[in-house]
Amino acid sequence: MTAVSVAAAKAPARRHLLLVVLAAWVLGWVVLRGRDTLALGGAELTPLHTALGEGMDAVDDSRNSNPFFLYFVNYIRLFIDEAVTFVQALISQPSFGRPVPVLGWLGVTGLAAGIALLYGNRRVALLTAAGFLSFGVLGLWQESMDTLALTLTAVALSLAVGIPLGVWAGLSDRFNRLVTPVLDFMQTMPTFVYLAPLTLFFLIGPASATVATMIYAIPPAIRITAHGIRHVSHETLEAGASLGATAAQSLRHVRLPMAKQTIIVGVNQTIMAALSMATIAALIDAPGLGQTVLKALQTLDVGTAFNAGLAIVIMAVVLDRVTSAASRRVEAERRAGRLRSPRGRRLEVAGVLGVAGVLGYLSYTYVWAAEFPAEANLGSYVRRAADAASVWVQDNLAAYTDAVKNLLTNALLNPFEALLTGSPWWLVAAAAVAVALLVGNVRAAVVTAAGLAALVLLGLWQDSMVTLASTLVATVLVMILGVVAGVWMGRSDRADTVLRPVLDAGQTMPAFVYLVPILGLFGPTRFTAIIAAVVFAAPVAIKLVAEGIRGVSATTVEAATSAGASTWQLISKVQLPMARSAVTLAASQGLIYVLSMVVVGGLVGAGALGYDVVAGFSQHQLRGKGLAAGLAIVVLGIVLDRVMRAATQRADAASHGGAHRTSHRN
Amino acid sequence: MRVVTLVTGAGLLLTACGGAKVGESGSAQSGAKTGCGTFNLAINPWVGYEANAAVIAHVAEKQLGCKVVKKDLKEEVAWQGFATGEVDAIVENWAHDDLKKKYIEEQKVAVNAGPTGNKGVIGWYVAPWMAEKYPDITDWKNLNKYADLFKTSESGGKGQLLDGDPSFVTNDEALVKNLKLNYKVVYAGSETALISAFRQSQKEQKPIIGYFYEPQWFLSEVRLVKVNLPAYTPGCDADPAKVACDYPPYELDKIVSKRFADSGSPAYTLVKNFTWTNDDQNLVAKYIAQDKMTPEEAAAKWVADNPGKVKAWLPTG
Repeated sequence: MTAVSVAAAKAPARRHLLLVVLAAWVLGWVVLRGRDTLALGGAELTPLHTALGEGMDAVDDSRNSNPFFLYFVNYIRLFIDEAVTFVQALISQPSFGRPVPVLGWLGVTGLAAGIALLYGNRRVALLTAAGFLSFGVLGLWQESMDTLALTLTAVALSLAVGIPLGVWAGLSDRFNRLVTPVLDFMQTMPTFVYLAPLTLFFLIGPASATVATMIYAIPPAIRITAHGIRHVSHETLEAGASLGATAAQSLRHVRLPMAKQTIIVGVNQTIMAALSMATIAALIDAPGLGQTVLKALQTLDVGTAFNAGLAIVIMAVVLDRVTSAASRRVEAERRAGRLRSPRGRRLEVAGVLGVAGVLGYLSYTYVWAAEFPAEANLGSYVRRAADAASVWVQDNLAAYTDAVKNLLTNALLNPFEALLTGSPWWLVAAAAVAVALLVGNVRAAVVTAAGLAALVLLGLWQDSMVTLASTLVATVLVMILGVVAGVWMGRSDRADTVLRPVLDAGQTMPAFVYLVPILGLFGPTRFTAIIAAVVFAAPVAIKLVAEGIRGVSATTVEAATSAGASTWQLISKVQLPMARSAVTLAASQGLIYVLSMVVVGGLVGAGALGYDVVAGFSQHQLRGKGLAAGLAIVVLGIVLDRVMRAATQRADAASHGGAHRTSHRN
Repeated sequence: MRVVTLVTGAGLLLTACGGAKVGESGSAQSGAKTGCGTFNLAINPWVGYEANAAVIAHVAEKQLGCKVVKKDLKEEVAWQGFATGEVDAIVENWAHDDLKKKYIEEQKVAVNAGPTGNKGVIGWYVAPWMAEKYPDITDWKNLNKYADLFKTSESGGKGQLLDGDPSFVTNDEALVKNLKLNYKVVYAGSETALISAFRQSQKEQKPIIGYFYEPQWFLSEVRLVKVNLPAYTPGCDADPAKVACDYPPYELDKIVSKRFADSGSPAYTLVKNFTWTNDDQNLVAKYIAQDKMTPEEAAAKWVADNPGKVKAWLPTG
């Protein structure tokens, strides 16, 4: 028998085994329902939670005597504080004895557009100018500049740390293995868990906010840099080696230039991650747009929150397009060699800097160029329109949305959750390990077993199962949306033009902005939390699927069309199967994004782990439990990620006959 | 070269347009009275707190010449600020006995600066239309009779008791159990979620019962009605697992850092003397939440309307 036919014969057997496992689980649930479910009430603590809380207290108390804090942390704090304050003095806060910052709106806009022109192209320069002007038009110039100052400082520091570490991880397999779980941890640990402790180390102020942002923004910088360094082609490296290049020379003259484009993609992702922290960092007094959003939320003022959220979206889109254009330009220049003469470039640089300099001087000197004219403030219209839209949606759609909510909750979520939370924990664990073994491999099964054991030890088994049920349901919805919209977007350029800005907004609009309208539609329920997660996670899935569909070779599509395949056949028989690895990547990324919304879900009625984390952040006696819940979310993330990856590998091996594929994340 | 000439030309042209210069219009600092210096005021994230803080900040700035630095912080982070010396005062504190024990008794970095005059109430509330339609619902003994009304997709066949701004301690799970109520506690998870639920309840006549508290600005929009649980007696909540009585009445108070209290700053005297009624706070909170004034405008308006009350807070001499 050949290997292929073995695989073909095994696949249906595997599917049958999977069904057997599920049937056994349901049977076990019917018989043993309610036994060993390890439930824990909202305010109840286990000894571990108390111990964790006490451990955190002990760290607090040693802060003033421990030399680590006195000599190390304090200097870092001082340095970061100074750095942020300096950037704020330049663009956002009154400084150097003047009532306004050094650069006013005209200078900042001119400088930003100039940079976009020099590193990107004319189109993104125009977009940048328009974007920056819109901050003033929305009536949020100073808040936007505060957010920009903090984000840029955090990004600069993240890159200063992340790129060297990324290069190291790219060169050394051992370091890469060491750092990967740490990065997983940094990306999945909910920010709420470390926000309060951070202010003990770095005090209340810009330093804490910057460090909180960096914890979340460094991982993409490291990961993507390492990916870029690793994937420089062997031929190029060998060519360098044959010319007698030392390791250092090869890094400097071959690897780094070749990886430059990928590294800029890393910069892009780092900026996006940093910006997504703007609202949460405002909980520890980070200045800027996040404050506006949170304040508005206290009075359920949707209009004001939306206005500020819109400014964040615009900032994200501008920064994204500029860095993407810069990355494409690097690639184009590398391919074509130097296009322009150095002299032409020098003239261009001098001209752009000259104009920016004049604008900067004007905004330094004259009031009209320093303070954005109040007459141009159109923020109140945006606020009123958003308010009206939110009220209309709640008044007119609530009747339908209630029905949808009840249908999905009763038909899908409740039975699944009952199965997970009502079965004895050992039965769930056994079923999960078996599933991991069947869809993945032995390694995935081992990780699953260890992870589930950790959940039991953390004392949060039942809460974890409730969260898991919602997470999986949300992921299913994300994938349905991802495939439907992704196929549409991948097949039609017009759909792409229409959808892309909407997806960008979904990804970067702070969830706090749309919590009020969706609470109005669905009430404080687990379903509301699922919707919030879908809004955030679906764009990634859609973009990845569309990318995959577009990647299917044109000749294959033409061949199928000429063979008489209908559109439906073309999609279901050719395009989707060929984009299979993109679809599985979309599923695993979608899942991680859904998981990162667990805490936000806790704010709107999801209960379980998300609520535990929020309560731990708010109540002193629950902080140990909050930490445990944060750890449980990390554990869920790692288990699900490893199982998904193993399943992806299996799917790839089956479809490509074991062809090598580079797995990449983010 | 041509580019440079163009640039300079454009620059000259623009310069000629002129306009007021920065710093020219004599933004002379009003001669601040000495002796106050910087006053670091924590702003906890709810509107009632913001009302207290805005009025205190307004008086400290305008009448005492202090430089007030407002810091937006969650309660626990604000308390930590006493230890790190970055927060001088918290001006509306809801009990937090554990934090008092840690920072006042053990670390001795904070002291109590007396009540704000506001009386806090925590309990179970229903929307006014429900109290009208089912008058006896405000007695806990009748709650089981109405449990069916409160069933939702979240409550697993029982009545739903909507809990939870996570900032407050709740005994609700124990209460439901000990009072033998056929209800399930569902965690809404934030004040925003609670308010939208009650707002929806009143607008669409949708039955909701949940945890709420006063003073709160939302009550001036929808006057929620409190459900009477077995009356509170001192000590009846001693064992959290066996609680079967209502929440205690809260005397909201002010906490300041030890250093601030010892500094002799006139701002400390202001904070110590500050006291007003629930109606006062509700009015300022209404200015902020419903009339959409900034906290500064709201405070200025209230202070201008109540000079007598403000005078009593100021240091004498």
